[in-house]
Amino acid sequence: MTEATGSIKQPRATTVGWYEFATRHRASIAAAVILIFPLVMPFTALAVNILIYGLYALGFNLVFGYLGLLSFGHAALFGTGAYLCGVAIVHFGWPWYAAIATGVLGGLSMALLIGVLAIRTRGIYFAMVTMALSQCVYYLFYQAVDLTGGENGLRGINVRAIDLFGLRVDFINPMTRYYVIAAFVIAAFFVMSRILASPFGAVIEAVRENEMRARASGYDVTLTRLLTFVLSGGFCGLAGALQALHLSIVPIEILHYETSGLVVMIALLGGMGTFFGPMVGAAVFLVLENLVSVWTVHWQLIVGAIFVACVLFFPAGIWGTLIARGRR
Amino acid sequence: MAGLSFDLIALQLFAGLALGAIYVLFAIGLSLIFGMLTVVNFAHGAFYMVGAYVGLYLISLGGNFWLCLVAVPLLVGLFGLAVERILIRPLYGRGIDYPLLLTFGLSYVMVECVRIAFGKTGYPFDTPEVLQGAVDIGVGYFPLYRLFVIGATAVVLLALWLFLEKTSFGLIIRAGARDPQIVRVLGVDVSRVWLIVFGIGTAIAGFAGLLAAPLQGVIPEMGGTILAEAFVVTVVGGMGSIGGAVLAGLLVGVVVSMTSLFAPEMAKVSIFALMAIVLIIRPQGFFGRAGLMS
Repeated sequence: MTEATGSIKQPRATTVGWYEFATRHRASIAAAVILIFPLVMPFTALAVNILIYGLYALGFNLVFGYLGLLSFGHAALFGTGAYLCGVAIVHFGWPWYAAIATGVLGGLSMALLIGVLAIRTRGIYFAMVTMALSQCVYYLFYQAVDLTGGENGLRGINVRAIDLFGLRVDFINPMTRYYVIAAFVIAAFFVMSRILASPFGAVIEAVRENEMRARASGYDVTLTRLLTFVLSGGFCGLAGALQALHLSIVPIEILHYETSGLVVMIALLGGMGTFFGPMVGAAVFLVLENLVSVWTVHWQLIVGAIFVACVLFFPAGIWGTLIARGRR
Repeated sequence: MAGLSFDLIALQLFAGLALGAIYVLFAIGLSLIFGMLTVVNFAHGAFYMVGAYVGLYLISLGGNFWLCLVAVPLLVGLFGLAVERILIRPLYGRGIDYPLLLTFGLSYVMVECVRIAFGKTGYPFDTPEVLQGAVDIGVGYFPLYRLFVIGATAVVLLALWLFLEKTSFGLIIRAGARDPQIVRVLGVDVSRVWLIVFGIGTAIAGFAGLLAAPLQGVIPEMGGTILAEAFVVTVVGGMGSIGGAVLAGLLVGVVVSMTSLFAPEMAKVSIFALMAIVLIIRPQGFFGRAGLMS
C-alpha cells in the first residue's frame, strides 16, 4: 500500500514545510483548484465530467486506498445514486435538492446492503463478491423497466434552473452548471478531509496497516469496514446523482461492470490512498480518453495497455509518485 | 403452473447440467490458478472469449470442430504461458491485488484486440453436423450437442483428476498449493510449476469458450458476463477447491435453468441470491478452508 497523507505520519523536518501546509489545508487547496479549473480547461463539459468522476473516485479511494479493500462493485453505488436521483425527478417530480439527497441516501443504503454481505469475506474474495453483487444490481435495475426505463435508460431528467433561496441559477449554461456541481464536490472534499483527520480516519488506516493489531487494540474491525464502505457509498451516490443531473439521462451502462473497473483505473492511475490522487487520476484519464478517441475508436486498447504498464512499473500512481519525490 | 410434468422438469435439469458444465470448466481453471498462484485471473473471461474466436478462425480456414477441440486449448494455453511469464511473474510478492489489477487491464487489451481483428458484432457458430439433432434420453428429446458438452466436460475433469492425483508432477502441484515454501526448499522450481498451472488453467478456459460457442454464439464481450457468474461459482464452492468448483458449477447451472422454467424474469438474479445465502450461512463456501483468505 502506498503512503497516505494521513495525520499519523512524522515528516522529516527540512523540506517538508510545504507538505505539512498542503496536508493541513488539503480541502481548501482542492477547492481553490476546482474553482480555477474551468478557466484553464477549454471544454467545460469535460471539466464537469472530471469533477464527477473525481468525486466518484474519491469515494472509491476511501475503501481501496485508505481501508485497503479492493472493490469491483462500486458501479452499483454510483448507479444507484444516479437512478434514485433521476427517479425522484422524473416519476415523483421532486425538486433538485431532494433528488440529490435521495441519490446520496440511495448510495448509502446500497452500500449497506452490499457491504453487509461482502464484508463477511476477506482479502481477494471481496473483489469477487462485490463484482458479482453489482452485476446482480445491474440485472435488477435492468428489469424494473417501469421505474428505470430498462435498456433505454432513464430519460427526461430535465433540470433547467436551480432555485437558491430566491436566486435563480441557470443550469443550462455550462459555466454556471460547473459551479453548481463544483459546490457539491468541494463540500464533499471538506467532509472527506474531516473524516480522514478524525480518530475514526486513523482507525480506518490502522485496519489497513495491521488488522490483528487494530483488533487487539479493541477496535471492531468488521464494523469499521462496513461503516467505511457505507460512507464511500454516500460519496459515490452523490457523484451518481450529480451525473444524472448533468447528463439528464441515466444510461443502464452506468451500472455495468466497466463503470466499476473505470474507477479502479482512475484511482490507481492517480495514486491510491492519497487525498488528491483520485482527482488527478480522473483528470488525466478523461483528458487522455478524449485525446485518444480523436484518432482511434479503439481507445480501450490504449487505456488497458497504459493501465497494465501502470500496475507493472508505476503502482504508486501519478500523485503518489510525486509525493514520494517531494518528500525525499 | 399447469402442464409442468416430471419429464419437463427432468429435461430442464439436464439443460441445467449442460450449462453448469461450462461453468465448471471455467471455474476450475480459475480455481486452479488461484489455489496455486493466489492470482485471481480477471482475464479468465477474455481467455474464454479468445478460445471461441480461435475456434471460429480455425474453422474459417477449413479446419473442423474436432481439430479445434485439440488446437484451441493448445493455442490459448500457449498464450497463457506467455502472459504468465512476461506480465504476471514480475508481480509475485507484491501484494495480492496487483496480479488481479494487471489481468483486469489485460482483459481490456484482449477484448479490444479481438474487436479490431474480428469487428464489434458477434458471429453465429455452427454446431458440428454430427452433433446436430436430438436424442431420446428416456424423459424426452434432448439436444445432442448439450449432451456432448456434458461428456466433454467429464472427460476433461477425469483427465485433470488423473493428472493431479496420479502423476508426479500433479503431486508437486498439490504440494505447491499447500505450501510453496516447503516445496521450494525441497528443490522444486516452483516458478516453473506456476507457469504450467497458469497455462493449463487458461487452456481449459479456451476449451470452455469453444464448447460454449455453438450454444450462445461468439461476441467480444462474452467473457465479462461469465466471469461474474464464475465468481459466484467460486464463492459458493470455495475458492481454490476443485471439487467445490465442480459441485457449485453444476448447482449454479441447475439453479439458472430451473428458475428460467418457473420464474424466467428472475433467472439472472437467482444465482446471486444463491451466493448471498451461502455468504450468510457459510462465508468460506462449501469446500473452502476457513482462514485461507486471510
